Amino acid sequence: MKANVTVTLKRGVLDPQGKAIGHALEGLGFDGIGEVRQGKLIEVELDETDRAAAEKKLDEMCRKLLANTVIEDYRIEIVA
Amino acid sequence: MKAAIVVFPGTNRERDMAAALEKAAGHNSKPDLIWHGETELKGYDLIVVPGGFSYGDYLRCGAMAGNSPILRSIKEQAERGVTVLGVCNGFQILTETGLLPGVLMRNAGLKFICKMTHIRCERRVAPFTGAMAEGQVSRVAVAHNEGNYFADEDTLNRLEGDDRVLFRYCDDRGNVSDKTNLNGSQRNIAGILNEKGNVLGMMPHPENAIDPIAGGVDGLPLFESLAKAVMERA
Repeated sequence: MKANVTVTLKRGVLDPQGKAIGHALEGLGFDGIGEVRQGKLIEVELDETDRAAAEKKLDEMCRKLLANTVIEDYRIEIVA
Repeated sequence: MKAAIVVFPGTNRERDMAAALEKAAGHNSKPDLIWHGETELKGYDLIVVPGGFSYGDYLRCGAMAGNSPILRSIKEQAERGVTVLGVCNGFQILTETGLLPGVLMRNAGLKFICKMTHIRCERRVAPFTGAMAEGQVSRVAVAHNEGNYFADEDTLNRLEGDDRVLFRYCDDRGNVSDKTNLNGSQRNIAGILNEKGNVLGMMPHPENAIDPIAGGVDGLPLFESLAKAVMERA
C-alpha cells in the first residue's frame, strides 16, 4: 500500500517561505494571487493490506515523527 | 563535575562545549563525548546536547535526533533531576523530544544568521545563571537558520508566569524590543527552562565566548554557574 502524507503549517502560524513564494509569483507577473502556503509531501510505502490499519499506523507516524503538531497539520491519503 | 556531551552525526560544537566546561570546572573534569549509538547515560551530573546539524537536520531540525534512543535515556535522566543543557541544535532537539515546549521555526527573515548579539539574563537560577545577575547583558554569537521560537499564547503565558524565560535577545544595554529580535522569536525568547528548572535550551552559543582573543568571555558565567551548582550538589 502507498500513501501520501502532506504536512503543512497550521493556520495562524506565520509562513515566511510561503509569503516569499507569493511575492516571487507576483514579481513574475502572475496577478490575483492570494495567500500562498508551503508544506512538504512524504510518500510512504507500507507492507499492509488493510486500509484502516494502514491509516492508523500512518496517523501514529505523523504524530510521532512526520509532523510537529505544535505548528504543523498533516493529511493522510492512501493512493495505491 | 561529571559531564557528558552527546554527539550525533552532524554535531559540530562538541569540542567548543568541552573546552568551555573544562575552563569553568577545571582540568580534572574533562567531559565525556558520548556517541549517539549509546543508549545508556548513567552517572552524569550534567548532560549537554551541543549545536550542529544532527542527522543533517532532515525532516525538521532536531526531529531525527529527538526521536533517537539516546534521547530517551536523556529524558529519563532529566526526569530524575540531572541537569541538561541544549544549545542551538541541542535546543531544537530538546523541543522535538518534548523536554521543552514550543518549536524553533525558520528565521523570520529566511536567512541563516551568524553574528554577535546580546542576550539579557532574566533570572538567577541555580544551575544555569547562579553566577550571573538578573538583567545581566552578555555578548554572544548566534549561528542558526531555525532559531525563531514559537509556542501558542497559552504556553508563552505559562512560561512567563513561571519565570521560565531565562534569556531574551536585547541590545547592548539590555533593552528588549522588536529591533533587537533578530530571528522573529515570540517575545524575544532566546532561552527557556523546563517546569522543574533543570533543563535549559538556548539558541545563542555561550561556549564560543570563553576566551578574550576569540569573541570575549561573556559566555563563561553560564558554565561557572553549572560547575558551581553541580559541585555543591556533589
